[in-house]
Amino acid sequence: MADTESKALKAKEKAEVTTPAEQTRPGVVFTPAVDIFETDKEITLLADMPGVKADSLNLDLHENVLSLDGDVQSPEGGDERDVFREYRTGKYYRQFTLSQMIDQSKIEAAMKDGVLRLRLPKVEAATPRKIAVKAS
Amino acid sequence: MLLRRLSDWPASRWASPFEELERMQGQMDRLTGGLSRGFFGEPAAGVFPLMNVTEDNDNFYVRAELPGLKPDELNISVTGDTLSLSGERKIPAEDEKAQYHRREREAGKFSRIVTLPSQVDTGKVEARCKDGILTITLPKAETAKPKQITIKAS
Repeated sequence: MADTESKALKAKEKAEVTTPAEQTRPGVVFTPAVDIFETDKEITLLADMPGVKADSLNLDLHENVLSLDGDVQSPEGGDERDVFREYRTGKYYRQFTLSQMIDQSKIEAAMKDGVLRLRLPKVEAATPRKIAVKAS
Repeated sequence: MLLRRLSDWPASRWASPFEELERMQGQMDRLTGGLSRGFFGEPAAGVFPLMNVTEDNDNFYVRAELPGLKPDELNISVTGDTLSLSGERKIPAEDEKAQYHRREREAGKFSRIVTLPSQVDTGKVEARCKDGILTITLPKAETAKPKQITIKAS
Protein backbone atom coordinates (compact mmCIF):
# COMPACT_ATOMS: atom_id res chain seq x y z
CA MET A 1 0.00 0.00 0.00
CA ALA A 2 3.02 2.29 0.40
CA ASP A 3 3.18 3.22 -3.26
CA THR A 4 -0.50 4.07 -3.54
CA GLU A 5 -0.26 6.65 -0.78
CA SER A 6 2.06 8.95 -2.67
CA LYS A 7 0.27 8.51 -5.96
CA ALA A 8 -1.57 11.52 -7.33
CA LEU A 9 -5.23 11.01 -8.12
CA LYS A 10 -6.29 11.53 -11.70
CA ALA A 11 -9.60 13.00 -12.67
CA LYS A 12 -11.87 10.41 -14.21
CA GLU A 13 -15.16 10.90 -15.83
CA LYS A 14 -17.92 8.82 -14.33
CA ALA A 15 -18.74 5.70 -16.29
CA GLU A 16 -22.21 5.76 -17.71
CA VAL A 17 -24.31 2.61 -17.70
CA THR A 18 -24.99 1.24 -21.15
CA THR A 19 -27.86 -1.18 -21.16
CA PRO A 20 -29.95 -2.34 -24.06
CA ALA A 21 -33.08 -1.57 -22.08
CA GLU A 22 -33.97 2.07 -21.80
CA GLN A 23 -34.69 3.75 -18.53
CA THR A 24 -38.24 4.81 -17.90
CA ARG A 25 -37.07 7.90 -16.09
CA PRO A 26 -34.97 10.56 -17.78
CA GLY A 27 -31.45 11.23 -16.64
CA VAL A 28 -28.11 9.50 -16.74
CA VAL A 29 -27.16 6.40 -14.80
CA PHE A 30 -23.61 5.77 -13.64
CA THR A 31 -21.64 2.71 -12.67
CA PRO A 32 -20.16 3.11 -9.20
CA ALA A 33 -16.51 2.16 -8.69
CA VAL A 34 -16.29 -0.87 -6.40
CA ASP A 35 -13.82 -2.89 -4.41
CA ILE A 36 -14.78 -6.50 -3.82
CA PHE A 37 -12.78 -8.81 -1.65
CA GLU A 38 -13.34 -12.16 -0.11
CA THR A 39 -12.26 -13.84 3.06
CA ASP A 40 -13.08 -17.36 4.24
CA LYS A 41 -16.28 -16.21 5.90
CA GLU A 42 -17.60 -13.38 3.80
CA ILE A 43 -17.50 -11.25 0.71
CA THR A 44 -17.22 -7.51 1.23
CA LEU A 45 -18.21 -4.94 -1.33
CA LEU A 46 -17.30 -1.27 -1.13
CA ALA A 47 -18.90 1.12 -3.59
CA ASP A 48 -18.36 4.84 -4.13
CA MET A 49 -21.77 6.42 -4.48
CA PRO A 50 -21.43 10.10 -3.65
CA GLY A 51 -24.72 11.85 -3.04
CA VAL A 52 -26.65 8.70 -2.20
CA LYS A 53 -28.34 8.75 1.18
CA ALA A 54 -28.93 5.56 3.15
CA ASP A 55 -32.67 5.70 2.58
CA SER A 56 -32.43 6.24 -1.17
CA LEU A 57 -30.31 3.16 -1.71
CA ASN A 58 -31.90 -0.10 -2.80
CA LEU A 59 -30.05 -3.36 -2.43
CA ASP A 60 -31.49 -6.53 -3.78
CA LEU A 61 -30.21 -10.07 -3.85
CA HIS A 62 -32.27 -12.36 -5.98
CA GLU A 63 -31.16 -15.70 -7.36
CA ASN A 64 -27.50 -14.89 -6.84
CA VAL A 65 -27.79 -11.53 -8.61
CA LEU A 66 -26.97 -8.59 -6.41
CA SER A 67 -28.27 -5.20 -7.54
CA LEU A 68 -27.18 -1.84 -6.23
CA ASP A 69 -29.49 1.01 -7.03
CA GLY A 70 -28.87 4.47 -5.60
CA ASP A 71 -30.89 7.58 -6.22
CA VAL A 72 -29.31 11.01 -6.13
CA GLN A 73 -31.06 14.27 -5.45
CA SER A 74 -29.74 17.38 -7.13
CA PRO A 75 -27.59 19.24 -4.61
CA GLU A 76 -28.17 22.59 -6.29
CA GLY A 77 -30.70 25.13 -5.17
CA GLY A 78 -33.33 26.29 -7.61
CA ASP A 79 -31.95 29.73 -8.39
CA GLU A 80 -28.33 28.74 -8.93
CA ARG A 81 -26.79 29.35 -12.34
CA ASP A 82 -23.93 27.31 -13.74
CA VAL A 83 -20.51 28.90 -13.88
CA PHE A 84 -18.90 25.72 -15.09
CA ARG A 85 -19.73 22.06 -14.92
CA GLU A 86 -17.22 19.25 -15.04
CA TYR A 87 -19.11 16.31 -13.72
CA ARG A 88 -22.63 15.14 -14.14
CA THR A 89 -24.98 13.83 -11.53
CA GLY A 90 -27.37 10.95 -11.83
CA LYS A 91 -28.34 7.75 -10.18
CA TYR A 92 -26.09 4.75 -9.71
CA TYR A 93 -26.80 1.22 -10.80
CA ARG A 94 -24.78 -1.96 -10.91
CA GLN A 95 -25.38 -5.68 -10.81
CA PHE A 96 -23.15 -8.56 -9.81
CA THR A 97 -23.59 -12.29 -10.06
CA LEU A 98 -22.40 -13.97 -6.90
CA SER A 99 -20.93 -17.39 -7.34
CA GLN A 100 -21.13 -18.38 -3.71
CA MET A 101 -24.12 -19.00 -1.52
CA ILE A 102 -24.78 -15.99 0.65
CA ASP A 103 -26.59 -16.12 3.95
CA GLN A 104 -29.31 -13.60 3.19
CA SER A 105 -30.34 -13.15 6.80
CA LYS A 106 -26.89 -11.92 7.82
CA ILE A 107 -26.25 -9.33 5.13
CA GLU A 108 -25.17 -6.01 6.56
CA ALA A 109 -25.04 -2.72 4.70
CA ALA A 110 -23.76 0.63 5.87
CA MET A 111 -23.64 3.91 4.01
CA LYS A 112 -21.10 6.42 5.21
CA ASP A 113 -19.89 9.60 3.50
CA GLY A 114 -21.05 8.33 0.14
CA VAL A 115 -19.35 4.94 0.45
CA LEU A 116 -21.41 1.78 0.72
CA ARG A 117 -19.98 -1.10 2.69
CA LEU A 118 -21.81 -4.35 2.16
CA ARG A 119 -20.97 -7.51 4.06
CA LEU A 120 -22.18 -10.70 2.47
CA PRO A 121 -21.53 -13.64 4.80
CA LYS A 122 -21.26 -17.01 3.15
CA VAL A 123 -23.52 -19.80 4.31
CA GLU A 124 -21.86 -22.26 6.63
CA ALA A 125 -21.69 -25.02 4.01
CA ALA A 126 -19.75 -22.77 1.66
CA THR A 127 -17.00 -21.82 4.10
CA PRO A 128 -13.99 -23.99 3.40
CA ARG A 129 -12.96 -26.42 6.08
CA LYS A 130 -9.43 -27.48 6.51
CA ILE A 131 -9.07 -31.18 6.05
CA ALA A 132 -6.30 -32.65 8.01
CA VAL A 133 -4.42 -35.37 6.22
CA LYS A 134 -3.43 -38.12 8.53
CA ALA A 135 -0.18 -39.79 8.04
CA SER A 136 -0.78 -43.48 7.64
CA MET B 1 -18.49 44.18 -41.65
CA LEU B 2 -17.98 40.83 -39.99
CA LEU B 3 -15.15 42.20 -37.90
CA ARG B 4 -17.32 44.98 -36.70
CA ARG B 5 -19.99 42.53 -35.63
CA LEU B 6 -17.49 40.42 -33.77
CA SER B 7 -16.10 43.30 -31.81
CA ASP B 8 -19.59 44.27 -30.77
CA TRP B 9 -20.08 40.88 -29.26
CA PRO B 10 -20.43 41.39 -25.52
CA ALA B 11 -17.44 39.29 -24.62
CA SER B 12 -17.76 39.38 -20.87
CA ARG B 13 -21.10 37.62 -20.68
CA TRP B 14 -20.96 35.64 -23.92
CA ALA B 15 -17.61 33.97 -24.03
CA SER B 16 -19.03 31.44 -26.44
CA PRO B 17 -22.47 31.16 -27.98
CA PHE B 18 -22.74 27.67 -26.51
CA GLU B 19 -22.26 28.93 -23.00
CA GLU B 20 -25.67 30.49 -22.96
CA LEU B 21 -27.18 27.31 -24.36
CA GLU B 22 -25.44 25.21 -21.77
CA ARG B 23 -26.63 27.48 -19.03
CA MET B 24 -30.20 27.18 -20.30
CA GLN B 25 -29.82 23.42 -20.53
CA GLY B 26 -28.67 23.33 -16.93
CA GLN B 27 -31.67 25.31 -15.80
CA MET B 28 -34.02 23.14 -17.82
CA ASP B 29 -32.52 20.02 -16.27
CA ARG B 30 -33.03 21.33 -12.80
CA LEU B 31 -36.62 22.16 -13.59
CA THR B 32 -37.45 18.82 -15.17
CA GLY B 33 -35.47 16.12 -13.48
CA GLY B 34 -33.26 17.98 -11.11
CA LEU B 35 -30.20 16.34 -12.55
CA SER B 36 -27.85 17.44 -15.26
CA ARG B 37 -27.47 15.60 -18.49
CA GLY B 38 -24.58 17.26 -20.27
CA PHE B 39 -25.37 18.86 -23.56
CA PHE B 40 -22.09 19.54 -25.30
CA GLY B 41 -20.08 17.45 -22.90
CA GLU B 42 -18.33 18.83 -19.89
CA PRO B 43 -15.03 20.62 -20.25
CA ALA B 44 -12.51 18.16 -18.92
CA ALA B 45 -10.15 19.88 -16.57
CA GLY B 46 -8.13 16.72 -16.09
CA VAL B 47 -7.41 17.64 -12.48
CA PHE B 48 -8.88 15.75 -9.57
CA PRO B 49 -11.41 16.44 -8.17
CA LEU B 50 -13.83 17.41 -10.90
CA MET B 51 -15.87 20.41 -9.80
CA ASN B 52 -19.19 21.98 -10.52
CA VAL B 53 -19.36 25.69 -9.85
CA THR B 54 -22.64 27.56 -9.67
CA GLU B 55 -23.65 31.00 -8.48
CA ASP B 56 -26.67 32.93 -7.32
CA ASN B 57 -26.86 36.63 -6.53
CA ASP B 58 -24.99 36.34 -3.25
CA ASN B 59 -22.78 33.27 -3.38
CA PHE B 60 -20.65 30.96 -5.45
CA TYR B 61 -21.08 27.26 -4.79
CA VAL B 62 -18.25 24.87 -5.54
CA ARG B 63 -19.09 21.18 -5.41
CA ALA B 64 -16.94 18.10 -5.74
CA GLU B 65 -17.60 14.42 -5.28
CA LEU B 66 -15.23 13.06 -2.68
CA PRO B 67 -16.70 9.83 -1.34
CA GLY B 68 -15.22 8.56 1.89
CA LEU B 69 -13.19 11.67 2.64
CA LYS B 70 -13.19 12.97 6.16
CA PRO B 71 -13.12 16.71 6.82
CA ASP B 72 -9.64 16.53 8.37
CA GLU B 73 -8.23 14.99 5.19
CA LEU B 74 -9.06 18.14 3.25
CA ASN B 75 -7.32 21.48 3.05
CA ILE B 76 -9.28 24.40 1.69
CA SER B 77 -7.98 27.93 1.41
CA VAL B 78 -9.27 31.04 -0.28
CA THR B 79 -7.52 34.24 -1.30
CA GLY B 80 -9.30 36.97 -3.25
CA ASP B 81 -10.87 35.05 -6.12
CA THR B 82 -8.83 31.87 -5.90
CA LEU B 83 -9.86 28.69 -4.17
CA SER B 84 -7.39 25.96 -3.52
CA LEU B 85 -8.34 22.49 -2.45
CA SER B 86 -5.97 19.72 -1.58
CA GLY B 87 -6.02 16.51 0.34
CA GLU B 88 -5.46 12.84 0.26
CA ARG B 89 -7.90 10.06 -0.20
CA LYS B 90 -6.98 7.08 1.89
CA ILE B 91 -8.44 3.64 1.51
CA PRO B 92 -7.65 1.74 4.68
CA ALA B 93 -6.09 -1.67 4.26
CA GLU B 94 -8.44 -4.55 4.84
CA ASP B 95 -7.89 -7.95 6.36
CA GLU B 96 -4.58 -9.42 5.31
CA LYS B 97 -6.26 -12.62 4.21
CA ALA B 98 -8.66 -10.78 1.94
CA GLN B 99 -8.46 -11.73 -1.70
CA TYR B 100 -9.48 -9.05 -4.11
CA HIS B 101 -11.86 -9.68 -6.97
CA ARG B 102 -12.11 -6.07 -8.02
CA ARG B 103 -10.23 -2.96 -7.09
CA GLU B 104 -11.60 0.07 -8.84
CA ARG B 105 -11.64 2.67 -6.09
CA GLU B 106 -8.50 4.73 -6.06
CA ALA B 107 -6.53 6.36 -3.32
CA GLY B 108 -4.04 9.16 -3.62
CA LYS B 109 -3.20 12.79 -3.19
CA PHE B 110 -4.79 15.66 -4.99
CA SER B 111 -4.50 19.39 -5.20
CA ARG B 112 -6.39 21.83 -7.31
CA ILE B 113 -6.74 25.58 -7.71
CA VAL B 114 -9.74 27.25 -9.31
CA THR B 115 -10.23 30.89 -10.12
CA LEU B 116 -13.71 32.23 -9.51
CA PRO B 117 -15.27 34.87 -11.74
CA SER B 118 -15.10 37.53 -9.03
CA GLN B 119 -13.74 38.32 -5.59
CA VAL B 120 -15.23 36.57 -2.58
CA ASP B 121 -15.63 37.47 1.06
CA THR B 122 -12.89 35.19 2.38
CA GLY B 123 -14.01 35.57 5.99
CA LYS B 124 -17.40 33.98 5.42
CA VAL B 125 -16.52 30.96 3.31
CA GLU B 126 -18.15 27.76 4.53
CA ALA B 127 -17.44 24.17 3.57
CA ARG B 128 -19.61 21.18 4.22
CA CYS B 129 -19.14 17.51 3.48
CA LYS B 130 -22.28 15.44 3.20
CA ASP B 131 -22.84 12.01 1.67
CA GLY B 132 -19.47 12.26 -0.02
CA ILE B 133 -20.17 15.59 -1.68
CA LEU B 134 -18.16 18.59 -0.66
CA THR B 135 -19.98 21.90 -0.97
CA ILE B 136 -18.07 25.14 -0.49
CA THR B 137 -20.19 28.26 -0.21
CA LEU B 138 -18.30 31.42 -1.05
CA PRO B 139 -20.17 34.69 -0.46
CA LYS B 140 -19.41 37.23 -3.16
CA ALA B 141 -17.55 40.34 -2.06
CA GLU B 142 -19.81 43.38 -1.67
CA THR B 143 -18.23 45.01 -4.71
CA ALA B 144 -19.00 42.01 -6.90
CA LYS B 145 -22.66 41.69 -5.95
CA PRO B 146 -25.28 42.95 -8.35
CA LYS B 147 -26.90 46.11 -7.11
CA GLN B 148 -30.52 46.96 -7.52
CA ILE B 149 -30.79 50.53 -8.72
CA THR B 150 -33.96 52.38 -8.05
CA ILE B 151 -34.98 55.02 -10.52
CA LYS B 152 -35.84 58.28 -8.88
CA ALA B 153 -38.86 60.09 -10.10
CA SER B 154 -37.72 63.50 -11.27
